[in-house]
Amino acid sequence: MHPIVRTVLQRLGLGLLTLFIVSIVIFSALEMLPGGFAEAILGQSATPETVAAFNKEIGLDRPAIVRYVEWIGGILQGDFGTSYAGAGGNIKRHVSDLIAPRLYNTFFLAIMAAVIAVPLALTLGVLAALYRNSLFDRIVNSVTLTTIALPEFFVAYVLMFFFAIKLRWFYSLSTVSESTTFLEHISRAALPAITLTLVIIAHMMRMTRAAIINLLASPYIEMAQLKGIPRRRVIVHHALPNAWAPIVTVVAFNLAYLVVGVVVVEVVFVYPGIGQMMVDAVSSRDMPVVQACALIFAATYILLNLSADIISIITNPRLLHPR
Amino acid sequence: MDLKTMNSLAGMGRMRRRDFIQLGLAAGLSVALADGMFSRAARAEARRGGKLRIGIGAGSTTDSLDPATYTNAFMGDVGEGFIGATLTRIDQQNVTQPHLAESFEPSDGARKWVFKLRKGLTFHDGRDLTAKDVVATYDYHRSEQAKSAARSILTNIASVTAEDPQTVVFTLTSGNADFPFIASDYHLPIFPARDGGGIEWEKGNMAGPFIIEEFRPGISMRARRFPNYHVTGLPYFDEVELLAIADVGARTNAFLSGEIDYMDRVDLRTIDMLKQNPEIEITNLPAFAHYVAPMNVTVAPFDNLDVRTAIKWAIDREAIVKQVLNGYGLAGNDNPIAPSIQFATNPAPVFKYDPDKARFHLKKAGFETIKVDFSASDAGFPGAVDAGLLMQSQAKAAGIDINVVREPADGYWDNVYMKKPWCASYWGGRPTIDWMLATAYTSDAVFNDTFWKNPKFDALLAAARAETDNAKRAAQYAEAQQILHDDGGIIVLMFANWVSANSKRLAHGPLNVNYDHDGCYIYERWWFV
Repeated sequence: MHPIVRTVLQRLGLGLLTLFIVSIVIFSALEMLPGGFAEAILGQSATPETVAAFNKEIGLDRPAIVRYVEWIGGILQGDFGTSYAGAGGNIKRHVSDLIAPRLYNTFFLAIMAAVIAVPLALTLGVLAALYRNSLFDRIVNSVTLTTIALPEFFVAYVLMFFFAIKLRWFYSLSTVSESTTFLEHISRAALPAITLTLVIIAHMMRMTRAAIINLLASPYIEMAQLKGIPRRRVIVHHALPNAWAPIVTVVAFNLAYLVVGVVVVEVVFVYPGIGQMMVDAVSSRDMPVVQACALIFAATYILLNLSADIISIITNPRLLHPR
Repeated sequence: MDLKTMNSLAGMGRMRRRDFIQLGLAAGLSVALADGMFSRAARAEARRGGKLRIGIGAGSTTDSLDPATYTNAFMGDVGEGFIGATLTRIDQQNVTQPHLAESFEPSDGARKWVFKLRKGLTFHDGRDLTAKDVVATYDYHRSEQAKSAARSILTNIASVTAEDPQTVVFTLTSGNADFPFIASDYHLPIFPARDGGGIEWEKGNMAGPFIIEEFRPGISMRARRFPNYHVTGLPYFDEVELLAIADVGARTNAFLSGEIDYMDRVDLRTIDMLKQNPEIEITNLPAFAHYVAPMNVTVAPFDNLDVRTAIKWAIDREAIVKQVLNGYGLAGNDNPIAPSIQFATNPAPVFKYDPDKARFHLKKAGFETIKVDFSASDAGFPGAVDAGLLMQSQAKAAGIDINVVREPADGYWDNVYMKKPWCASYWGGRPTIDWMLATAYTSDAVFNDTFWKNPKFDALLAAARAETDNAKRAAQYAEAQQILHDDGGIIVLMFANWVSANSKRLAHGPLNVNYDHDGCYIYERWWFV
């Protein structure tokens, strides 16, 4: 078996184990939260009788261990269960139906932001390394550090003010639905994607720059320079291939953030992504939804980190043989 | 001004009903005639058509069409005036009016209520709406297994029966002259009865002005006009899209960029910028909602009436309204009943900022100075900590040292409310005196947050509840409010207004104040000019 295939299989196995542990942690954490779905939904109208009736209807009157086993058994067969919301009716809300459109929206936005941010960050990083300590380097650094230092909602409001209210180039509301066309989806998601780009670009750019500058002191780069190769070629052809590993790790980290950490941007632009759904589900203790969201987030992290490792290995086969 | 000009002004929405009637009287019309003429003129010009887009600061992804679980303003609108229709409804003067029921009559000391349904009522899917659907709906909320948020307000019902397809009889365990108000609650729109018990709520098949086209919980609800709505000519809009926009900044931006026509809960700190825009109308209505500071009267020093009275005189409520609500509210007078509610009074003396009187009462209680803790968090009401700090600086002059304890917002209602002797709290208000006072001020009230028990007050309220002679009721309620004002442990700091903004392309008649969004009837009654 090819060593890379073996590594991938090993990692996937470990990933499944991680997911299993995550599921136990989430389930017990939710059990420990004070209050339940009935109390959260009924609020001031929650009397002991109504809470008991509610819990009976959604099956919360049974022991936690039974509920966990049922839930994990369902997951293994691809059934994420049904939401507690609207549980008394004849039409059940399947968690997978609830999550699927929002997950699509979240990935849409994440991919859109990544398509803008990753090439931009890498180019800027390489250029900043190339023209190290020049005026260009300083400007790029200070601008990106400023945008990462500002809170996301502030960046969002500023963009909204100029591009949605003053110039009217983009929409201020990013409400999309299944009937939205692809192009409209792109224009509706433009401002959130730009906001996210501004938030994640600094991290990737600085890491690219640092990784390359780190290598510039190595003897083989010095050799290349002594041979008389142009500086640009030295960086792109000699330094960059060796810098991929740290860069890819940071890129993967930021991509994971785009999927799991954008709830503020979702709220400000009213974009129906999965973050808002998880926050609502936690505050109303809608456990099947929270658990499914958490599993998806954990799986995203695991898969993105796995891909980052594989890319690192492909670009630098030495990593396959740890000393 | 001649009648023709008046009519056209009213038609364009430029003249209010009150002005119209006054001018009409001057022109020799009777009040009834002028009122009718105004309605016709205003309606005549009201145009059918258009799509209303409305953004409100409520709604959650866990919302469901199950009426037992309506708890936020999004689902409140859906149940009350957007998709659903209740037996009765509350009008601009906070009096109940017929809705699905064309009449309701009490008998046997308000213990038996006979509701006659309108003829020809149908649900959105075309099925007839009859008495058996009403019975099923009420039974759904009040049965033994009911999980409904409305169950606690329906405990007084002994039985609901259908006498014939048009007649429903409610038998109560004790007389309640306010029962028609309860029938207007937003949890109680009528749903079709399900064969074999219960109601069919899953598709939102109700009898209100709009039919659901698409419901995405926590995001939006799209609906189209219900052609067989029982009020002839209404609603005006062909389509409505209701959007949940929790963040006030996002709501404002969506409104300013023209993506929505109406927004509720305007940010009071930036409202002046909205006011400068000539295309925008701001509505600012006194509401039932009030911010309070309940004192536990069983705990020292609040068990001493003079200490309570001293504190009541030591707070400058006007200043707090100005600071915390930016002036968009009404200073309280320790009467939790909003002035617009039927039988509301403003008991004397009106508590104002008077450090001398406060000091006098403090001395009478045997104290020179006193130190009390006030537990506050913005979970209690928005701006509660600021209000506490203002109270602290105001009460100092009277020798009352208020120590403002900042409590965490998370778990505030479990750990602080009704646990700490003096804290910040909030009431959404109720449309009747009885409903509000029985919720929080009678000895056996579930939310008696002041732990105040007064047998005379309880007796007055019980007597007034079954009293159908309005003059006698008014006297009983006036006395009850006076007792609560003088002796109770509640400090009503202020009533917060409903403040919303709409594009001037929208027009409307007189507004309801019982809930936001024209009492949830914006969908039914507003139109595009």
